[in-house]
Amino acid sequence: MFCEKAIELIRELQRMSDGQLPAFNEDGLRQVLQEMEALYEQNQTDVNEAKADGRADLIPSIKLRHCCLLRNQRCVTAYLYDRLLRIRALRWEYGSVLPPNVRFHMCAEEVQWFSQYKKSLASFMRSLGGGEGLDITQDMKPPKSLYIEVRCLKDHGEFEIDDGTVILLKKNSQHFLPRWKCEQLIRQGVLEHVMS
Amino acid sequence: MDTQSYLSVQPGVGMEENFLSLDDILLSHEKLPIRTECTFPRLGFLEKSSDSQDITEGTKMELPVWLSKGLYEKKRRVLSVETPKVYREGWRTVFNADPNVVNLHKMGPYYYGLGSQMLHFDSPENPEIAQTLLQTFIGRFRRIMDSSQNAYNEDTSVLVEHLDCLEKTLFRSGQSGLNGFQSWEKGQASQLTASSLVLNYRKRKMTDAQP
Repeated sequence: MFCEKAIELIRELQRMSDGQLPAFNEDGLRQVLQEMEALYEQNQTDVNEAKADGRADLIPSIKLRHCCLLRNQRCVTAYLYDRLLRIRALRWEYGSVLPPNVRFHMCAEEVQWFSQYKKSLASFMRSLGGGEGLDITQDMKPPKSLYIEVRCLKDHGEFEIDDGTVILLKKNSQHFLPRWKCEQLIRQGVLEHVMS
Repeated sequence: MDTQSYLSVQPGVGMEENFLSLDDILLSHEKLPIRTECTFPRLGFLEKSSDSQDITEGTKMELPVWLSKGLYEKKRRVLSVETPKVYREGWRTVFNADPNVVNLHKMGPYYYGLGSQMLHFDSPENPEIAQTLLQTFIGRFRRIMDSSQNAYNEDTSVLVEHLDCLEKTLFRSGQSGLNGFQSWEKGQASQLTASSLVLNYRKRKMTDAQP
């Protein structure tokens, strides 16, 4: 049956239901596009024959191949779109710099989309608060205090806070830091929020 | 409760499909028993049981829902769709008697989804099929809600193994709400946490690196 390769692409994404991005399946995509080309060419031939020789009996087959073309188109579009949703989530979960192992799974166009999305988000955030700007990727949970106690989960090197002080983030060290500086590092799993 | 950043396209409601929903695409991949009402020239290779070049009229075969929907016409000049066993009278009586004992995961994991799609093919049994789908859901819903709201921090595999895909999504929703509430009660709601997505990527990187 046609469109088996296309459904495999969908299954690949369905397997990672938590939103992780699998590697870009360039091969699979190419195979689907090749199948679409073949179906289209067969249909062109049949349509010409139907018109020239009055072979209306060919129409059901033409219709079937057309359904297959639409199905492949739907699968490819859904595949690409779902991947973009996952890449968008990366901006909110990881921040604006993606680790290399994740970026490796994106095709060139997706990397470009990510950088454009970042720009759109940044200019939107700058326009909030009467031109002063507001970082809406912060404070995902309602804050209870300005400063929080954090423990370092892995070595992260030097870290500068707003008043110029430099903190050394060494594994297992504990610090009392401003919440807004730590939020992203906590989300990335570098620091751990210690509740007293 | 972890904030949800990956918002996938949700499946359609009832007889509608959402074009970009992965769930709907997988659901419409399920096979239906059909009978061709005309010849399909030059497509004989799709039908494994015969060697002919064409699919002849009157052939019984299985086609996926998406193809059946695409080819179906009201006057049934192209193909006719047989109601799959699960939606026929025999099973309908079982469902109406006690919907809770049935293993909907085994009866094809997309019981409600496929059943709703069946309604596109004007079968005289459609009103009964629709009614059974609805009553089955109503009958099972209470138990799913109860179990999802009370199974805290335990292995839920026994609770979900008889559920179809729609019910599993409901169950997960319930669990997510329960976990969120419990964490709020413990005062953990204000604790900043690492993103589960980030942690999952890290776990995967570790398994990738292993030989």
